[in-house]
Amino acid sequence: MPLLTADPLTVTRGDRALLRDFALRLDAGELVHLRGANGVGKTSLLETLAGLRRGAGTIVWQPADAQPHWLGHRNGLNPQLSPLENLRFWCGINGAATAAIAPALERLQLPPRARLRACRQLSAGQKRRTALARLLLQRRPVWLLDEPLDGLDAGGLALFAQLAGAHLAQGGAILMTSHQALPAPLQARELVL
Amino acid sequence: MNWTWFHRLGSPPSFYRFAERLAPWLGVAALLLLAYAWYGGLVLAPADYQQKDAFRVIYVHVPAAAVSLSLYVLMAVAGAVALIWRMKLAECVMIASAPVGASFTALALLTGMLWGKPMWGAYWVWDARLTSELVLLFLYLGVIGLHAAFEDARAAARACALLAIVGLVNVPIVHFSVEWWNSLHQGSTILKFGKPAISADMARPLYAGLLGTYLLCAYAILRRTQNELLLRERGTRWVREQLAAAAGNRDGGAHVS
Amino acid sequence: MSAFVAIFARELKLAARARAEWLMPPLFFVIVVTLFGFGARPNDPQLAAFAPAVLWVGALLAALLSLERLYRADQEDGTLEQLLVSGTSLSFAVFVKSLAHWLLSGLPIVLLAAPLAAMLGLPAAALGPLVLGLALGTPCLSFIGGFVAALTVGLPRGGALLPVLVLPLIVPVIIFGAGAVRAAQQGLDAGAPLYFLAAILTLTLTVLPWLAAAALRNAFE
Repeated sequence: MPLLTADPLTVTRGDRALLRDFALRLDAGELVHLRGANGVGKTSLLETLAGLRRGAGTIVWQPADAQPHWLGHRNGLNPQLSPLENLRFWCGINGAATAAIAPALERLQLPPRARLRACRQLSAGQKRRTALARLLLQRRPVWLLDEPLDGLDAGGLALFAQLAGAHLAQGGAILMTSHQALPAPLQARELVL
Repeated sequence: MNWTWFHRLGSPPSFYRFAERLAPWLGVAALLLLAYAWYGGLVLAPADYQQKDAFRVIYVHVPAAAVSLSLYVLMAVAGAVALIWRMKLAECVMIASAPVGASFTALALLTGMLWGKPMWGAYWVWDARLTSELVLLFLYLGVIGLHAAFEDARAAARACALLAIVGLVNVPIVHFSVEWWNSLHQGSTILKFGKPAISADMARPLYAGLLGTYLLCAYAILRRTQNELLLRERGTRWVREQLAAAAGNRDGGAHVS
Repeated sequence: MSAFVAIFARELKLAARARAEWLMPPLFFVIVVTLFGFGARPNDPQLAAFAPAVLWVGALLAALLSLERLYRADQEDGTLEQLLVSGTSLSFAVFVKSLAHWLLSGLPIVLLAAPLAAMLGLPAAALGPLVLGLALGTPCLSFIGGFVAALTVGLPRGGALLPVLVLPLIVPVIIFGAGAVRAAQQGLDAGAPLYFLAAILTLTLTVLPWLAAAALRNAFE
């Protein structure tokens, strides 16, 4: 049983249809790497699947009320608040336990001092790590990630490979875009738009 | 009930062709009615025994005021249809009616002020109807301004629809509040059924003017909707065909003359 | 419930980090009202006649100052899209944010109104209707303004557009609010306009969060 099936799906941006009657299937344990030229509709497709953009067609989740994790170009972190405060806010919104915050930040190797500083003072890579830590606060089987590797250094890439691999091993699935090659040892099915 | 006609009309190309056929008739009928109304009202009708010739402004003012409110309702209803059924045609009708409605609101205000000077001794009196009309103008201008600020036509239409709906709820509240605040306007004369307070010589051109103005608005909105559709659907086949046919007609005409 | 606490606490925390921003609206209110006093003759008895209009217009303009920021930061840093995906009710989030906006910008104005009214020479009998009216009317502005802020959130020139869209929508609030004060000044019963204000507030609280949520969704698309 796939975790996510979209068949058919039409992705629009404004009045323009970017993808017409597109079919997509995401199985448990699968990592799909979306590829294609700029402007072909990779981001719009992810946004449509995340429910941010209204498309036409059918999207079926398994289970039916499943919510995906979404990480776009923007991290969803208020610059005035620290990583800890930001993640605490998202725990409150999603009804997750705040006890998960410290281990998640630990796993992304965010230095203890950076956890307490306002996000605007952090580097792009540190903010990205905090945003990735949010994926670990609450288990959601499907991750929809738009260029999640942006701003990550070599250590960050290795960490991403590690936590993505663990998520897939637990029966999760990832649909992501990336203009750079995925860090080893991640094995992806490539989907070219 | 068979709804296929409705769906067919809702598709941009068929609506465009429908409007293309209907608009000229509306335009001609509006022109004839307005010509009669203005001649009848401004020349033939007797002067009012109290207001003298100043009353003649009603032949412009009353239709403009009536239309200004009706078009706001049309705009909000089209907006609601656009939001609920995501119908592109409704979005275009909504956007098309905003400038037409704003113009007639401005005309109603202007004629109201001109009438106010001889009647009340001042161009502006803070009475319920004039003031509501002014707020209505602000609401129209808000919708037009909001529409202009968006880049994406779809997002613009949906935002304007939401604003128009809130404005529609606001209009009666404004009217009521201003009425509570102060009331000082000649009571409406033509809607007193039973005992008409206006003579038939005066009334006939007024009714003709009302109908003519409504038809004129319908004409303007149809034409604006057509333009909006061409703009929104540019790049589709039916628009290219439409434009090619129009260009062909123009060339053909040039050869004959 | 946890979502309510999370959003509310976050708004207060952000306000505490940017204290100057939240001090501006009440300060603006005080300055507008005093400037009006300077514009008249010293100790002009006519000032009291205009006091209801001045206080109400000042209050509404002051609350407008902070409205533009209501959703802009959330849209820019991606909080808004995460909220949309999170599965929590967006209209609820809008409600809580508007409520926090009122607490931070509306309530100080309600509290400042009585001393300022005394400066303008408003009789003591009119103070009650003034403060009660503002307590009912300023939340209307936070919610109506929140709706318009949601409409204009993604727009580059949204800041200039916001007051133009908000002001016609709050005409009834200003009429009833200032009307209540005037009625009390003339020794009449201020009950009716205050009830109307309460009715408008009820309508605003129940309907606008949904429309604002629709506007925010639209802004994302």
